[in-house]
Amino acid sequence: MANPRYISGKTPHSRETRMIFRNVDRVGWNPSIEKYLEDGGYNSFKKSLKMTPSEVTDEVKASGLRGRGGAGFPTGVKWGFIPPNNSKPVYLICNADESEPGTFKDRYILHQDPHQLIEGILISSYAVGAKIAYIYVREEFPEGAVILERAIEEARRAGLLGKKIAGTGFECEIYVHRGAGAYICGEETGLIESLEGKRPYPRIKPPYFPAALGLYMCPTIVNNVESLCHVKHVISMGGDKYSRLGTPRNTGTRILCVSGDVRKPGYFEIEVGKLTMGELINDLCGGMKKGRKLKAVIPGGSSAKVLRADETYTIRDGEGEKTIGLSDIPMDFDSLAACGSMAGSGGVIVMDDSRDMAWVLNNINTFYAHESCGQCTPCREGSLWMKKITDRMLEGGGVPSDVETLASVGDNIAGRTICAFGEACSWPTQSFVAKFPEEFKKHTKRRNVGKALNPEAKVASAGIKDKH
Amino acid sequence: MEIPKELEKSADDAIGHYPPEEKRSAALPLLHLVQQEFGFINDDAISWVADKLAVEPIKILELVTFYPGFRQKAPGEYHIRVCRTLSCAMAGCHKTMEKICEIAGIDRSKVSHHDPIAVSSDGKFSIEFAECLASCGTGPVCLVGDDFHEEVKPENAKALLQQYK
Ligand SMILES: Cc1cc2nc3c(=O)[nH]c(=O)nc-3n(C[C@H](O)[C@H](O)[C@H](O)COP(=O)(O)O)c2cc1C
Ligand code: SF4
Ligand code: FES
Repeated sequence: MANPRYISGKTPHSRETRMIFRNVDRVGWNPSIEKYLEDGGYNSFKKSLKMTPSEVTDEVKASGLRGRGGAGFPTGVKWGFIPPNNSKPVYLICNADESEPGTFKDRYILHQDPHQLIEGILISSYAVGAKIAYIYVREEFPEGAVILERAIEEARRAGLLGKKIAGTGFECEIYVHRGAGAYICGEETGLIESLEGKRPYPRIKPPYFPAALGLYMCPTIVNNVESLCHVKHVISMGGDKYSRLGTPRNTGTRILCVSGDVRKPGYFEIEVGKLTMGELINDLCGGMKKGRKLKAVIPGGSSAKVLRADETYTIRDGEGEKTIGLSDIPMDFDSLAACGSMAGSGGVIVMDDSRDMAWVLNNINTFYAHESCGQCTPCREGSLWMKKITDRMLEGGGVPSDVETLASVGDNIAGRTICAFGEACSWPTQSFVAKFPEEFKKHTKRRNVGKALNPEAKVASAGIKDKH
Repeated sequence: MEIPKELEKSADDAIGHYPPEEKRSAALPLLHLVQQEFGFINDDAISWVADKLAVEPIKILELVTFYPGFRQKAPGEYHIRVCRTLSCAMAGCHKTMEKICEIAGIDRSKVSHHDPIAVSSDGKFSIEFAECLASCGTGPVCLVGDDFHEEVKPENAKALLQQYK
């Protein structure tokens, strides 16, 4: 296959390895099945149909592929959790909720390369034995949902969906299911409840691990859009060859989405672990804006713990233990975890020295306060308290005990809730307060009582705000 | 409430996407169809969806009140959603919001968590903040109806609204 040309201005950086995003911004490309077939599309699916389902799963296990939705759990291992003596139908769900702030990768796959996703879903459905796959698309992708529906129809007409696909006994249908604007539908058990037509209240694990008790209490595999696209490439090149991309235990490529105070924000597909944070910010994103210095980075979506520009971290690599700075952190799952944060969804948010960390945390807290599903008291109340405390800090109504109170609210949510939203909403508070205490203290002297300094705090909290 | 024939048919198609004993799964798809048709979801629509899926109306109402994407009141002719989350906020989305409201004649002083939408006095535009729209690298971003717009800086607000004359 010839190397594609890209829209000028959106040409991939030389450090990128475009596999999943091969067709994103490609000159002359469109999301039709004709283009996709011309490019060798659906050959990996046809190849997989000549293998047994467990051989497909074994390739995915051998590839070392880890989920790109947030937790980085090995995809092949997850598939292996379907109970062996299962007699119920099996479902596959593609998680296209893409709602973790800072993340914007699945969007481009849905809009520009829907057939790559469909091919990944077909291979994965074959491997896990699913005859029905649902793509749960967030409501805020109306155009993406239409493009997907059209692509599914094209695939059906090409005989790639329905019964006796490609002359084999395999049958599969794919349906698009649109969400309705709630972040918690990205959490896999919340998603499943939503797909069942209910409020998306996450289920308690154990016992409700989707692979055993998922959609309609049947075994269900939930995978992220990008993860499912990787499956296509694993089958195309073989698990062993795929595993040589990236670094050991952190294989393949992944898409990093950079936003915030860099000169050139955007998406970059890199080999996992082959690029450092410093290279990402300085080389791929053109560095910080003129006259500005790096202050902090949230490396994996807004729930990932913040990293401070002048911290040092101790990590282990092939050569043993070493101490590194923020710029030297390799962009992979294990290194970011070793630095006390996470690679999460690949959403990297960069902040420069003009940012007030209390303002940043208040914005994040407002998000989580709005999105808590409300089932667990610590999360429902705590997320709102964390917002209210940072609201009043910004409005000039802070009191000296606020910093401590804020941290203690965060500490009392994590680990005490039904789903990982509890951690997602408390990690920002815990890490921002621990790493930038002086910035929060600054906001604890009462001043300008009654005068809102932050337009957002005034607007977003109208009706639910403390009187002070 | 008059249900057009095509809506009835689209609803039946959507119900067909789920196993026959799991009809309730079609609740969100049906609510989307209703909202697309009428602009919002009223009590009659809730009863209609509930009947179609053979569940009590409260099971549908609780969805409409939970999911931010559903409305119980009429929006403007064009409904605008401006992302307010971190990357867009750093890119200046609050100023964009102010500017759009100023040009369109929208007063947001009365919006609240439970009633987040404000409508312009002429009924042409309505607006609300939305959480991260998954395009954080090109903020501030917004949706006008189903149309997505990137880099809507305050100075672009006028041009944005002019597209919807
Ligand atoms: C609060 C919360 C929000 C989440 N949002 C998303 C999301 O928007 N997209 C996604 O793919 N996974 C999201 N996840 C992770 C999913 O629960 C699930 O682990 C993932 O879809 C599995 O896919 P993967 O193994 O391919 O990564 C979220 C998790 C939590 C706790
Ligand atoms: S942790 Fe929060 S979001 Fe998760 S179930 Fe509990 S209340 Fe809902
Ligand atoms: S923060 Fe606005 S699109 Fe993500």
